[in-house]
Amino acid sequence: MKLLGGAGAILVVVVALLASACGGTSSAASEGSDGGGKLTLVAYSTPQEAFEAIIPAFQKTAEGKGVEFEQSYGASGEQSRAVEAGLPADVVEFALDSDITRLVDAGLVDSDWNQNEYKGILTDSVVAFVVRKGNPDDIQTWDDLLKPGVEVITPNPFTSGGARWNIMAAYGAQIEQGKSKEEAVAYLNELFQHVAVQDASARDALQTFTGGKGDVLLSYENEAITAQQKGEDVDYVIPDQTILIENPVAVATDAPQSANEFVRFLYSDEAQKIFGEKGYRPVVKSVADQFDYETPTTLFTIQDFGGWGTVKDEFFDPENGIVAEIEMSLGVSTDSG
Amino acid sequence: MRARYGLRFAALAYLSLLLVFPVGLVFFRTFEHGFSPFWNAMTDPDFLHALWLTILIALIAVPLNTVFGVVCALVIVRQRFRGKAVLNALIDLPFALSPVVVGLAFFLVYARTGWFGPWLDAHGIQIIFALPAMVLATIFVSLPFVVREVVPVLREIGTEQEEAAWTLGASPLATFRRITLPAIRWGITYGVVLTTARALGEFGAVSVVSGNLIGRTQTLTLHVENRFQAFDLVGAYTASVVLAVLALMTLFFMNLFRKETPRVDSGPPGDEALR
Amino acid sequence: MIGYLSFIVLIPLAAVVWKSTGSGLEGFWNAVTSPAALASLKLTFGASMVVALVNAVMGTLIAWILVRDDFPGKGLVNSLIDLPFALPTIVAGLTLLALYGPRGPIGINLAYTRMAVIAALLFVTLPFVVRSVQPVLRELDREMEEAAASLGAGGFTIFRRVVLPNLAPAILSGVALAFARAVGEFGAVILISGNIPFKTQVASVQIFSAIESDRPTAAAAISVVLLGLSFLTLLAIDVLRRWGSKHES
Repeated sequence: MKLLGGAGAILVVVVALLASACGGTSSAASEGSDGGGKLTLVAYSTPQEAFEAIIPAFQKTAEGKGVEFEQSYGASGEQSRAVEAGLPADVVEFALDSDITRLVDAGLVDSDWNQNEYKGILTDSVVAFVVRKGNPDDIQTWDDLLKPGVEVITPNPFTSGGARWNIMAAYGAQIEQGKSKEEAVAYLNELFQHVAVQDASARDALQTFTGGKGDVLLSYENEAITAQQKGEDVDYVIPDQTILIENPVAVATDAPQSANEFVRFLYSDEAQKIFGEKGYRPVVKSVADQFDYETPTTLFTIQDFGGWGTVKDEFFDPENGIVAEIEMSLGVSTDSG
Repeated sequence: MRARYGLRFAALAYLSLLLVFPVGLVFFRTFEHGFSPFWNAMTDPDFLHALWLTILIALIAVPLNTVFGVVCALVIVRQRFRGKAVLNALIDLPFALSPVVVGLAFFLVYARTGWFGPWLDAHGIQIIFALPAMVLATIFVSLPFVVREVVPVLREIGTEQEEAAWTLGASPLATFRRITLPAIRWGITYGVVLTTARALGEFGAVSVVSGNLIGRTQTLTLHVENRFQAFDLVGAYTASVVLAVLALMTLFFMNLFRKETPRVDSGPPGDEALR
Repeated sequence: MIGYLSFIVLIPLAAVVWKSTGSGLEGFWNAVTSPAALASLKLTFGASMVVALVNAVMGTLIAWILVRDDFPGKGLVNSLIDLPFALPTIVAGLTLLALYGPRGPIGINLAYTRMAVIAALLFVTLPFVVRSVQPVLRELDREMEEAAASLGAGGFTIFRRVVLPNLAPAILSGVALAFARAVGEFGAVILISGNIPFKTQVASVQIFSAIESDRPTAAAAISVVLLGLSFLTLLAIDVLRRWGSKHES
């Protein structure tokens, strides 16, 4: 009798699991370019507020009518690895294109994902210094970050895409000021001495800063604007030299047709305008002109350093990368399991 | 005596500062600006989905753990076999384990890169980042409660009545149904209350295995965290209030059934585990 | 039933132990002794010990007033003790953050400090010592205390020399339970302590961080250390309870 009880329990478990597993299999099963279907959006940590406005707008269009959305937000690196490990996704939007390339290599995204006029980039931004209201410590330049006692908040570059943008902005700013490569790396080394905590994602770092920790936060300009729109007492400064942040979007290989419609919508004037209102710099020029975002004195791009493909290995290889070496000298483990 | 008042004050002050004021403040903050922010948060589709998902997971995990718990308790109390200590330790393990470790364990087994990963992938079965993994993790963490509540009751009631029934010709199943089950029903009920509370409140393990898909794999506890991250304090507090009310209801039932259970001693609910 | 247990408990845990040795014993050692890992383990141990000790005192005190004292609302207070059991840990953390965080009404901001870790752990471990001591206190024979009083002993002396020895096993077993619970706590600390390596990052948060940054071996290694600790604590609790029941007779 006990044996039956035990066997019965196992049977119930297995059946329950299979039942729910079958219910949760890949979203490719869901059809529907008109009148319904589900789309899963997996994105990096910051754009939730923007998509909260854009998705309903899409659902009002003919292509979007009846389409339901599931969304997941988190650190870009973590999200990308999760999709690689089986997290279902139809549309992905990450902080940098190497997080998308990872999925191309895994066969989950087509290799021609960035063959449109915008090279796959959905929104732009710049790296900014987020400071307390009124900028009490008067932080204006990259050198100000190294002033004694200044505590800098930036996320962990091995999980967060935003962190990588921050580091390349810092590095690039030194190069643009005429420093040599060694001097730029030395700057990074000194900068990290001022970093007290490395949160997993850009949004976590923003939370830490608004929670009272640190004197300055390195982040996306759009995060600063989001914080202000949510009533936080912060200001932001765009340093004279900064990097152009470009956030890519892609459709998964076996995603339904509605995914392509959605991405098409994301490039529409309406969606780009919503991005603009939420603090992102639109990529569609006619929409971008409607906003008066500050133009940095010196703006460089990741292409100036060879693109993320090269930078990823040179700077962020977990064992030999420049940043890995800096982190290890600070005692932060970077080894990849 | 002044000492008495001093002690009383110290104890009550500690409880207020640690427990009552924080929880009370959240209730206050939720309704601070009236009922409508609370109502908006309650009718948010993401909140409703999270609530439904949490309840669904509990509806699967709790009955399974109850059946397992009763069977297991019977085996532990009524049977002799070697390795009983190991069995006891295994059942107690979910008490002592960090929920994050639990999540990691399931991740290592069921993710695409895990032990069963390739097989699951080949058959199109999604465990990780979907409901099954969350159910499994919840079952794990709420495993011991029914067992540990039923064991002392079984021990106390002894086998006399059951033996009497057998000598009168009753089958094992009938004996179980008519003699044993009614005797242990309060132990089971109390155990079910604890199991449910644990299942509803699970956070660490599901954090790791769920993928946090809003609208698909986000439980109510994950929803609280997500609202906090999105600077939506009202949303976070609202979901917290709902969970707190469920917790208070659990407390109520705990107290109700605690009196009914003929237990050897009424130590903390985790305590029976460690015998 | 063995099958159910294996499926749910054994196989996943075996996977953790297996993964932790993924890069060999040296890899395991490196992961566990990296400065950040050592710091988080030290903090976890240290904070859990502090919390266990505070609970030993406050828990006994609360049990005392619930058993020996009488005041309006005592029944309510008694029920509230179990709240940390029933409340989800993330909600517990959020409530502490609401009162003692950056937007708290009394101007104290504990967020991102070690105090925050302590506060969160105190919250979730509240019931253990209380519920462990209460029944023993209830059963205690008052004769010896009365005898000591009639011989002229003061209140505190009576407590120290007559009551405490009888309560000791229960207090210790409650303390061990609280310790075991505190060591693994995750949800309550994650919001308020901010996960600052070397300062406020506890082991469970570090494991989570390692999982999310694709370092499952490091995660597994630290998990194994916590697992080992849990086993030892379970053992200790078992021994204590046996000592306790011998002591009673």
